[in-house]
Amino acid sequence: MEEKHLTCIGCPMGCQLTVTMENGEVKEVTGNTCKRGDVYARKEVTDPTRIVTSSVKVNGGKIPMVSVKTKNDIPKGMIFEICKALTDVEVNAPVNIGDVVVPNVCGTGVDVIATKSIPAA
Amino acid sequence: MQSYDLVIIGGGPAGLAAAVSARDNGIESILIIERDHELGGILNQCIHNGFGLHTFKEELTGPEYAQRFIDQVKERNIEYKLNTMVMDISDKKVVTAMNRTDGMFEIQAKAVILAMGCRERSRGALNIPGYRPAGIFSAGTAQRLVNIEGYMPGKKVVILGSGDIGLIMARRMTLEGAEVKVVAELMPYSGGLKRNIVQCLDDFGIPLKLSHTVVDIEGKERVEGITIAEVGPDMKPIPGTEEHYECDTLLLSCGLLPENELSKTAGVSLSPITSGPVVNDSLETSVEGIFACGNVLHVHDLVDFVSEEAKNAGINAAKYIKEGKKVAEKEIKINPTGGVRYTVPVSIRPKEMDDSVTVRFRVGQVFKNSYVAMYYGDTQVLKRKKQIMAPGEMEQVIIKKEELNNYPDISEITVKIEAE
Amino acid sequence: MYDVIIVGGGVTGSAIARELSKYSAKIALIEREVDLCEGTSKANSAIVHAGFDAKPGSLKAKMNVEGNRMMDDLARDLEFPFKRNGSLVVCTKDQDASLLENLKKQGEENGVPDLQILDRDELIKMEPNLADDVVKALYAPTGAIVCPFHLTYALAENAAENGVEFFLDTEVKEIKKDGDTYKVVTDKETYEAKAVVNAAGVYADDLNNMVSNKKIEIIARRGQYMLLDKTAGGHVSHTIFQLPSKMGKGVLVTPTVHGNLLVGPTAEDIDNKEGVNTTGAGLGSLAPTSSLSVKDVPYRQVITSFAGLRAHDTEGDFIIGEAEDAPNFFNAAGIESPGLSSAPAIGVYVAKMVSEKLSLSEKSDFKATRKGILNPADLSIEERNKLIKENPAYGQIICRCESISEGEILDAIHRPLGAKTLDGVKRRTRAGMGRCQAGFCSPRVMEILERELSLSMFDVRKSGDDSKIVFGYNKKIS
Repeated sequence: MEEKHLTCIGCPMGCQLTVTMENGEVKEVTGNTCKRGDVYARKEVTDPTRIVTSSVKVNGGKIPMVSVKTKNDIPKGMIFEICKALTDVEVNAPVNIGDVVVPNVCGTGVDVIATKSIPAA
Repeated sequence: MQSYDLVIIGGGPAGLAAAVSARDNGIESILIIERDHELGGILNQCIHNGFGLHTFKEELTGPEYAQRFIDQVKERNIEYKLNTMVMDISDKKVVTAMNRTDGMFEIQAKAVILAMGCRERSRGALNIPGYRPAGIFSAGTAQRLVNIEGYMPGKKVVILGSGDIGLIMARRMTLEGAEVKVVAELMPYSGGLKRNIVQCLDDFGIPLKLSHTVVDIEGKERVEGITIAEVGPDMKPIPGTEEHYECDTLLLSCGLLPENELSKTAGVSLSPITSGPVVNDSLETSVEGIFACGNVLHVHDLVDFVSEEAKNAGINAAKYIKEGKKVAEKEIKINPTGGVRYTVPVSIRPKEMDDSVTVRFRVGQVFKNSYVAMYYGDTQVLKRKKQIMAPGEMEQVIIKKEELNNYPDISEITVKIEAE
Repeated sequence: MYDVIIVGGGVTGSAIARELSKYSAKIALIEREVDLCEGTSKANSAIVHAGFDAKPGSLKAKMNVEGNRMMDDLARDLEFPFKRNGSLVVCTKDQDASLLENLKKQGEENGVPDLQILDRDELIKMEPNLADDVVKALYAPTGAIVCPFHLTYALAENAAENGVEFFLDTEVKEIKKDGDTYKVVTDKETYEAKAVVNAAGVYADDLNNMVSNKKIEIIARRGQYMLLDKTAGGHVSHTIFQLPSKMGKGVLVTPTVHGNLLVGPTAEDIDNKEGVNTTGAGLGSLAPTSSLSVKDVPYRQVITSFAGLRAHDTEGDFIIGEAEDAPNFFNAAGIESPGLSSAPAIGVYVAKMVSEKLSLSEKSDFKATRKGILNPADLSIEERNKLIKENPAYGQIICRCESISEGEILDAIHRPLGAKTLDGVKRRTRAGMGRCQAGFCSPRVMEILERELSLSMFDVRKSGDDSKIVFGYNKKIS
């Protein structure tokens, strides 16, 4: 038996959730006031994911940087690795919103895409 | 002098949504005036996700959310001028603006929508003692430097204020290689969303110190250290609780202020609480034909609500342009009390109002297991339980015309928070 | 070999430089900071005193009254903002009104014109926000307000135009007498001069004590201020002083020449000559103290606070003149209040001494005027459009709070002794001095400095060498 503590992000209540785990499986969620807390806790302890947003350099663009994001959720533990992978990435203007900037970033199967269109200067 | 039916001051989320809705309601002659080099306003630097859940039912980043509205403006061929600063608005709705190519010019508008947004509270306004070195930035300035220009304004960072921009920048600076040492918040609660506290601070082990403030800034040329201290119930630092942090940067995220310098030139009355214009149910200010929406009216928590409000401003401005001013038969004041700090709008015209009007407000403290109550005169017409309400989040009640007209004699609507 | 080296690029050094530039001589001014007006001259009450405060016969009294009288012509010739708004020293019902009479008598002896004592009825018509307890006041119509930055820059730019060489970012480490020559050793080079003028502010004692056995001691007396938004600028129209009381010397409440409201200063003697930090206690004392003379000051509209150090001489008067045991070493030391008011007169006084000692002759080609930074807000729409057509940069607003265009910023950067830093741009143009305190415009001003001075963004600074603003590209700071 193992207990994990987390704060629910479903609403400003911020319920303090306690998740009881056994052999990697969720046995019980307590401390939540509504169903959303239960769903959040189960996902967060077994498969926490995040969208990563950042910006990368644009060559020849109207502005020097273009904002980017992972097209889908990536494992929470890979946030820093993905940011690092973006360090020396440069793209050439024009950039269109949705353009793939880095395909299959860090082998996650998720593309990093542009979230803004940057016309050429 | 040039003339337009509608001039919209500001091409951020509010101005864009207002323009689209005015066009869709039959106004052909529209000009958006934007001071920056692109449309979209501050959303352009808000590259994080979490925008648009209400409006588009999906999570977008700031630039993506802005693009949806920019596309709508462009599809409708609505005119706009970039890099153009409005210098003055007269009470006769003459807008004086300036840019490099047109010089200084005047435009006669039939109606004006104010959508200039807000600014951040500065170090000076917070009266933080200490030196005045480089390295003190509002969170938004740092956000622009990092996200738009690609430059890091600090390596070791202390953040004062737990507003959402401060929380977002804590994560952003961390991901870009800086060390964020602590976030101090004057109030006993955070002004930011729970989600941001978890995903921007907890995910990275950044401590949040509630009821703390900065009491000293060291470093004559560049920040070298920051001292924070706990504050008592009077918000004054408690001697002996000082903690020193070695750092090179202080970011401030201590609240936003509607930017109404132009509104004042037009003679628009402002609310001392919101610092935004006083408006009725049509979002019309005290000056006929001048409307306001978005963060210039009151600071919103979510951009989705800005868009919704701006849409209404567009509809009402269009109505005004087509039908002219109708003197309201009666105007009922909305009285915010019992924990409700203000309402927008501040009054309702029962005859002229839309079928339903959304009244937005904020509470002055955290309320748990309380009720939002609304009274038409002395009659309670709403009692809605809320598990939690916090000053950081906007609340709303809806006034239905049909229902309100069942109370023809009332002189006041009350919105308040009740314990039972 | 220079004829004269002036040490210190504050208002005093700049005034002396300008007056000396009327003579045929090789003159240099050395300043340790990267810009002028970085010490006491940048953080003070920004007022030109009428001249009733100082003891009759003192240098303070003489220089103040004369400096005040010179200011109108100087403001016209050198185009800096100056306004005779008049000042009031107010007396509350608990205070001894005869002190006002004494001040008036002292002022008259000093040569201050048109002093009057006014009763509450008249006062309240002039200043409706005077505190309820104010019963009488000494009115000095010649009291005035000035922009201390522009006064200093104007004097220095005019001196430069007339041939004075300026060495900024150069710190004097040692001064040695070598026969008839002074060797001025700096962190860059060693300069030689026949005469040295010491206008080194809070460090004037160090300089004097390098060459003279008649030691002086300058104490840094800190004054903290709060500056309020322009919306509060009309709260008073005159400069309101308080009569000294058991609570202390009191604070002043004054409009600034740019339309803000200024409250301060505190007075604390401190050990640290770099101690320009504000303190919670100091700032906290301003509201209760100011309320003794002016009511309802809207402190919610504070946009910034700052502290400055006055160079207080333990003897109490200005120390101006040749050091007794160091021929050709001239002090302009202990220039605390009313130093800003006195600067033009100190310039004339010191220049006269130096030129007589060195037998300098006046030039025929001295250029007495200087063009200020154009303020487009003073122009009509037609004039403004003509300007923008000629130079489109005047059509691009950079600082939205103060409506400062790129044109004004370019002027500030490219004029003689122009701005090199964010603070330099701010003090010359007011870009970043408004209510948002540079939140919106600083990244844009940084871009302009980067472009115009061919700097890397990493070399754009707020003020001094160590005041870098950005450290590196994203993800690449360690």
